[in-house]
Amino acid sequence: MANTELKSNEPTGPIEDRWRLHKQNSDLVAPHNRRKRTVIIVGSGLAGGAAAATMGELGYKVKCFCFQDSPRRAHSIAAQGGINAAKNYQNDGDSVYRLFYDTVKGGDFRSRESNVYRLAELSVNIIDQAVSQGVPFAREYGGLLANRSFGGALVSRTFYARGQTGQQLLLGAYSALARQIEAGTVEMFPRHSMQDLIVHEGKARGIVTRNLINGKVEAHIADVVILATGGYGNVFFLSTNAMGSNCTAIWQAHKRGAFFANPCYTQIHPTCIPRSGEYQSKLTLMSESLRNDGRVWVPRNKEDVTKDPKKIPEEDRYYYLEERYPKFGNLVPRDVASRNAMYVCDDGLGVGPELDGERRAVYLDFKSAIERLGEDTIRERYGNLFEMYERITGDDPYKTPMMIYPATHYTMGGLWVDYNLQSTIDGLFVGGEANFSDHGANRLGASALMQGLADGYFVLPFTVGDYLGRNRLKDQAPLEQDDKAVTDAVAGVEAKLKALANAPEPTHSPDYFHKKLGNIIWKYCGMARTAEGLKKAIEEIPKLREQFHREVKVTGDTDGFNQTLVKAARVADFLELGELMCIDALAREESCGGHFREEHVIDMEAKRDDEHFQHVAAWEHQGEPSAAALHKEPLEFEYVKPTQRSYK
Amino acid sequence: MKTKNLTLHVWRQRGPNDSGDFERYVAKDVNEHMSFLEMLDVVNEDLLENGDEPIAFDHDCREGICGMCGVVVNGYAHGPQERTTACQLHMRQIFELGWDELWIEPWRATSFPVIKDLAVDRGAFDRIIQAGGYISIRTGSARDANETPIPKDVSDAAMDAAECIGCGACVAACPNASASLFTAAKISHLGLLPQGQAERTDRVRKMVGQMDHEGFGSCTNHGECEKACPKGISIDWIARMNRDLLKAMTTSADDIEERD
Ligand SMILES: Cc1cc2nc3c(=O)[nH]c(=O)nc-3n(C[C@H](O)[C@H](O)[C@H](O)COP(=O)(O)OP(=O)(O)OC[C@H]3O[C@@H](n4cnc5c(N)ncnc54)[C@H](O)[C@@H]3O)c2cc1C
Ligand code: FES
Repeated sequence: MANTELKSNEPTGPIEDRWRLHKQNSDLVAPHNRRKRTVIIVGSGLAGGAAAATMGELGYKVKCFCFQDSPRRAHSIAAQGGINAAKNYQNDGDSVYRLFYDTVKGGDFRSRESNVYRLAELSVNIIDQAVSQGVPFAREYGGLLANRSFGGALVSRTFYARGQTGQQLLLGAYSALARQIEAGTVEMFPRHSMQDLIVHEGKARGIVTRNLINGKVEAHIADVVILATGGYGNVFFLSTNAMGSNCTAIWQAHKRGAFFANPCYTQIHPTCIPRSGEYQSKLTLMSESLRNDGRVWVPRNKEDVTKDPKKIPEEDRYYYLEERYPKFGNLVPRDVASRNAMYVCDDGLGVGPELDGERRAVYLDFKSAIERLGEDTIRERYGNLFEMYERITGDDPYKTPMMIYPATHYTMGGLWVDYNLQSTIDGLFVGGEANFSDHGANRLGASALMQGLADGYFVLPFTVGDYLGRNRLKDQAPLEQDDKAVTDAVAGVEAKLKALANAPEPTHSPDYFHKKLGNIIWKYCGMARTAEGLKKAIEEIPKLREQFHREVKVTGDTDGFNQTLVKAARVADFLELGELMCIDALAREESCGGHFREEHVIDMEAKRDDEHFQHVAAWEHQGEPSAAALHKEPLEFEYVKPTQRSYK
Repeated sequence: MKTKNLTLHVWRQRGPNDSGDFERYVAKDVNEHMSFLEMLDVVNEDLLENGDEPIAFDHDCREGICGMCGVVVNGYAHGPQERTTACQLHMRQIFELGWDELWIEPWRATSFPVIKDLAVDRGAFDRIIQAGGYISIRTGSARDANETPIPKDVSDAAMDAAECIGCGACVAACPNASASLFTAAKISHLGLLPQGQAERTDRVRKMVGQMDHEGFGSCTNHGECEKACPKGISIDWIARMNRDLLKAMTTSADDIEERD
């Protein structure tokens, strides 16, 4: 039965026992039957790669898909900072409960307690697993694992591998996956893009893909489908995500009946390298750790915004975070730092190159840290980052202040899932950034890697096994390639791609429209949102979408390697999702976490409305984004009592 | 802000069986702050506008970490800047060299067939890893991560080798199109760690076997791979791989069985 009443299916009882008891009560598939069950996994990042490796190892027949040329290149590879785990190796008072507590609070009381507790519980197993795979985490001189504190946490629970934690964790999962490919349990389909979900008799039973090399549109049939396709931050055009990150898989599943939860919850990261010109294709994140020693400022006077920053005297510098938030100063949370950068630039105090008549950058200055600690210490701490900054901008941060500006970084929203990570479509499971489950309205640093791997290694293999155990092969409706559900889905994808390649008045590139959409979303559904702005966006996006389908220009063969066509198909989906984001942001008449509504503010801070909005907003597709129906999953807090954030 | 027009000669090849050739384009008003790939983006937007087919090239993260990008620029794999991937190369570097004309080609190696234009098939790298580039540990069966302390210098050395991004520049730069640097980096990463000892002998034998099977050339110590590597992976790992291989050859599987 499709789960349209939004039953979270979470166990009850003491929170620390829930996952254990749930596993005890789960169904299992007999080993000799596993190889008869086909599991499709879309995505080979931390969530998908770990799930594919583990389910292959268990003996299922796994088919894993990714759009890059190798599973090792999934976007998880780019994560820099680290991964949290409640190991308490530092003996500084950390525990599963504290990580759970911090994550619920960090999510601004908009996540499901049972899921978050399980995440904190599994965090410790992830580190064990990764180390035994050979992930070379940083170590102390005694040979034990090193930790650091991250994103304002009071304990040191972040494990890291230089500035390449995501790379090393992904290479660990990839090696486990490679082992299963060699063993023949996993069949890997790189350079394949999922274009649709096949639903048969109410159950997810396969996907339609386009082979990116020869253009072939094909159906793959399975007993269950897992989506682990990452976040949709590229709806903003410019973001810290990889160029290929897209929403197509989850959006098409949404159109087939999977509810989309909290689409408006996005995280904007304060320390990214600003745009340098019209041609800008993506934004690069600079680690948050820079705010530990760098001081953020802009000129006090508009006349100084083009001046050499070194020539601006101390009294003419506006250290706005230190002045506005004396207690936390430059270390205020991500959303607060981001929003304030926007405000000072709105006030005309922004620095950097002028683009579209504005300057959108603030200084991040290491001068006083260098004076206090010496250049060597700073080099030791941030050498790599400074080098990266110089490579991109040509400026030397030891000599002149860095310039930074916020950029979209992570999407907390995603497909709605229950405790089992099953969506509202039976047999469709969702893991990693693609689901909405654990971060509420705001994600803490170093917790996305943790969630991806918890979902992939430890949750999905169990809950999907339980699903297959309950849906036995002999009770399952047979499905063949020539079944109407399959041929219709294939024909639909072919028709859609053909239409994109043959727009009636081909004029502009897919990027032209993507940039326009990005501007709308950034302006109206970015760091600060108002009802008025959102309404405007909801009016503009459908017009842009209509123009896109009329005027998008795609050249080259559709039945071959064609990156323009791939791009056009992704933009088509972003143009729909973008509208739903704005609809969701408009409906949520409160501020919480990364969702900041200017009408709902207390003392310059986000003002939650627990009475009316302590729920997950899950949207059901009904033909058009504008017709989506809202369903609410109420959230209860038995353990962590909601409080109002304050950083003053 | 400096801008400049550049003449590009870009390798265009419709597919693996097409012979391919250079096409000439003018990149107008190239800005010094653009990345190399952004410069290609702008050229591609122009091509599309004129009804032509854009140049195909692989890329994803554009942060120098995913290893998806990679082209040869005026004879240099990933372009002239040391320790820099094509996506992180910025045009100011090209301007500083005074280059007005760029020859842009795909990785050239028989084991990396061209798919289209600048995009090649690097599946051979995945197959080398599949042959043994892992530690066989079942999910959920790991012991506590701090049970085996690993000396910091050992762990750091493993990390040095593990930084490889699998882009294939080493193969493209090598006169023999050898994949030794890539293969050696993985073998060393795992072989340095205590967890990697049980399979060490078998691993080197299988991975080197697969590398040869894929048709990569052999290493004759040119050192071009190390110079081209965007992550500065050291050629010393190749010597280490060869030592491991020698050991593996002298202790054949039969010997191991006899000892039991
Ligand atoms: C620059 C950066 C730094 C970060 N740093 C950190 C950090 O320090 N700590 C932390 O915890 N988090 C960090 N994050 C967040 C974290 O990296 C991601 O949230 C996480 O890696 C997502 O993993 P995933 O497995 O869900 O998806 P991804 O790794 O994005 O993988 C998605 C997979 O799906 C495939 N796919 C997508 N669409 C399709 C389709 N249509 N068809 C077929 N395949 C498809 C892709 O090929 C890929 O294999 C960072 C993010 C960024 C952008
Ligand atoms: S695009 Fe990822 S390394 Fe260049």
